[in-house]
Amino acid sequence: MEKDNITPLANFKDEVLEIYPKKVGKKRAKSIVYTDPESIPEIQANVRTIPGIITQRGCTYAGCKGVVLGPTRDIVNITHGPIGCAFYSWLTRRNQTRVDDYNTNYIPYAFSTDMQDSNIVFGGEEKLKEAIREAYELFHPRAIAIFSTCPVGLIGDDVHRVARHMMEELGGDVNIFGFSCEGYRGVSQSAGHHIANNQLFKHLIGRDDTVKGSLKYRINVLGEYNIGGDAFAIETLLEKCGIELVATFSGNSSLDQFQTAHTADLNLVMCHRSINYVAEMLETAFGIPWMKANFIGAEATAKTLRKVGKYFQEQELIDRIEEVIEEEMKLVREAADQALMKTKGKTAMLFVGGSRAHHYQELFTELGMTTLAAGYEFGHRDDYEGRVVIPNIVIDADSRNIEQITITKDETRYNPRKTEEELKALEAEGLEFNGYEGMMAEMQKGTLVIDDLSHYEMEKLIEQFHPDVFCAGIKEKFCVQKMGIPLKQLHNYDYGGPYAAFEGAINFYRDIEQIACCTIWKEIKAPWEKEKVVEANYAYYDV
Amino acid sequence: MRKIAIYGKGGIGKSTTTQNTVAGLAEMGKKVMVVGCDPKADSTRLLLHGLAQKTVLDTLRDEGEDVDLDDVMKTGFSNTSCVESGGPEPGVGCAGRGIITSINLLEQLGAYDDDKHLDYVFYDVLGDVVCGGFAMPIRDGKAQEVYIVCSGEMMAMYAANNICKSISKFGKVGTVRLGGLICNSRKVDNESNMIQEFAKKLGTQMIHFVPRDNMVQHAEINRKTVIDHAPEHNQANEYRALAKKINDNDMFVIPTPLPMQDLEDLLVSFGIMN
Repeated sequence: MEKDNITPLANFKDEVLEIYPKKVGKKRAKSIVYTDPESIPEIQANVRTIPGIITQRGCTYAGCKGVVLGPTRDIVNITHGPIGCAFYSWLTRRNQTRVDDYNTNYIPYAFSTDMQDSNIVFGGEEKLKEAIREAYELFHPRAIAIFSTCPVGLIGDDVHRVARHMMEELGGDVNIFGFSCEGYRGVSQSAGHHIANNQLFKHLIGRDDTVKGSLKYRINVLGEYNIGGDAFAIETLLEKCGIELVATFSGNSSLDQFQTAHTADLNLVMCHRSINYVAEMLETAFGIPWMKANFIGAEATAKTLRKVGKYFQEQELIDRIEEVIEEEMKLVREAADQALMKTKGKTAMLFVGGSRAHHYQELFTELGMTTLAAGYEFGHRDDYEGRVVIPNIVIDADSRNIEQITITKDETRYNPRKTEEELKALEAEGLEFNGYEGMMAEMQKGTLVIDDLSHYEMEKLIEQFHPDVFCAGIKEKFCVQKMGIPLKQLHNYDYGGPYAAFEGAINFYRDIEQIACCTIWKEIKAPWEKEKVVEANYAYYDV
Repeated sequence: MRKIAIYGKGGIGKSTTTQNTVAGLAEMGKKVMVVGCDPKADSTRLLLHGLAQKTVLDTLRDEGEDVDLDDVMKTGFSNTSCVESGGPEPGVGCAGRGIITSINLLEQLGAYDDDKHLDYVFYDVLGDVVCGGFAMPIRDGKAQEVYIVCSGEMMAMYAANNICKSISKFGKVGTVRLGGLICNSRKVDNESNMIQEFAKKLGTQMIHFVPRDNMVQHAEINRKTVIDHAPEHNQANEYRALAKKINDNDMFVIPTPLPMQDLEDLLVSFGIMN
């Protein structure tokens, strides 16, 4: 009989809350739940982190610049702020990119206004203007984006006014726009995603009606950031099926892709948290429906491709997709069989991102591994419980701090790709539009879901349940590994990837087999920790 | 060296009162430095006879790191040392951060060193304590004594009460103490009694009642303190009296700010009594 990994989890919640002060315990209790796919429990998410708890979260600026706009190659992204914030001006997430015919690629550069004390005192707008002039003279980019850091908001520099001013000064051929994404704007980086989405729509999407590409079936993939080449793998796969990838938001993306994204006929949403706003706006303004998709995991990839086939309702495409799946799955099965011999029955925990902690469970399932516990850093209730709960999510003051933009039908270009009847018919065939069931619907009954995991809770999880692999980010990596548990980074994949599509699944099987089944972790205790301690006092001599 | 900060509602007469008091102390033979902490940089105008002075922050901006004390410190009436912190134009940047930068720079340049033989440093601070930067003079032992300029007008008393809140906050963890209220009369009914009662409730004293006199205005037009402009005038003696009281003061307290209701009751009872 297989080992029961789930039952021992039952006491964890009560035990871990014990040490907290009463009020903290009360608040954390709402963020720790046991899943039940039959009756999804309510979880507290997207609320302020409790001071003193070591959180995994990042800031709003990191979410806006680092995550959403960072992967685009041909926008000069200027961080308006002190130099420390420029850490996120550079490619910190391993989002890869190809270069275009003009060799344009600003991703390896870090642009910062390097604000000094005197810029804080006297205002930083002039220095920002100079930075824009300098960047323009050096690179002649087609677009420049300005990102606000905390002090910019405190002293009231108006980055939007500067953007307009510089656009006039430099003439019409450069698009300049700003983001009010000061680090403190939201409870996590999630606010930055929303702010980025708004500005993408206001300043880039829909500016070019040219229909680019030669393939018949035209889709966008949203919320895919090309970490370790994921978007490349997806693009290759889609091409093989005869599907044109018009735009990726925003892995391996370019200005042209954003500007022509409205010429696609379907949006697939990968990371629901970071990009669902753009998906909704594209539907409202241009009539492009969206579906939740997942290219992480071979089964999930196959499922996603079949959804696309069904959506376009063309036998030729459906047949092609089946051919591709069959061909790819052969290799996948071989790799899975190989890995399964070692990985079957092992356990994993995932505390990362706003969708990754969900998507990667697919891969662990394919490896025969049990996910004991999972949670997001910056997810909202709908990412856990599904979009059905959106009407019941209480809008708090922190959410109101983020600009809400109202989108209306584009007067000339609104073109519903499917009529309401067609959509209904497709729904009857099992497709789901504008929907996401959330992480918990797919988790085994009795497993733990914890939002905004604290460091203490993480240590307790590891001490009590010794997962074979823990998935999180760089902040957790070495703490966890010092406890003798391998940590796989799912923000940047350490040095690995791609993990998306069939090709990526094979890579993941191999990497996890190596990581989770490696005996070196049992040797983590240093020799002197195993030996008896010899105690002695220092002796001091007068010389 | 006694380090004194003057606070009070905007427009109440902090700069005028400070400079006239400083003139009185200087006349007594005391060595005084005045640090203006207002971006408008008009806290030393009367002592310097209107001499346009380059501010610390302007100098820092123009010269970079290579700043000498002489670049920013000018000698005014009766050998007083005058410094203006300066700051951004209205609506830009962060004046509060400017004050922090400026005071730190003065310290590094040795403006407070023993060889300057200072008896007094006066910080003349803009308006209310609106943010951390404007609290700089009363933080970290920069100033040990605070005097609040107020009048019997309601908003001036509100402001004084608010300033007391920040003094009591910093006083509990630091060395700053309230030395008293200076009533700069606006000829409000029953003004002296009301401010004395207000001071008592705050746990402090009304250190002096400065009557309203047009001579202050005359002196200002001539870019001088009253002591400088009309040394024989009674108003000059009022400032001399204030200077002496401050010099002799030994009542330093952590104030107990009033709840809003008590403050309003005070205003009502003294207003109606008349």
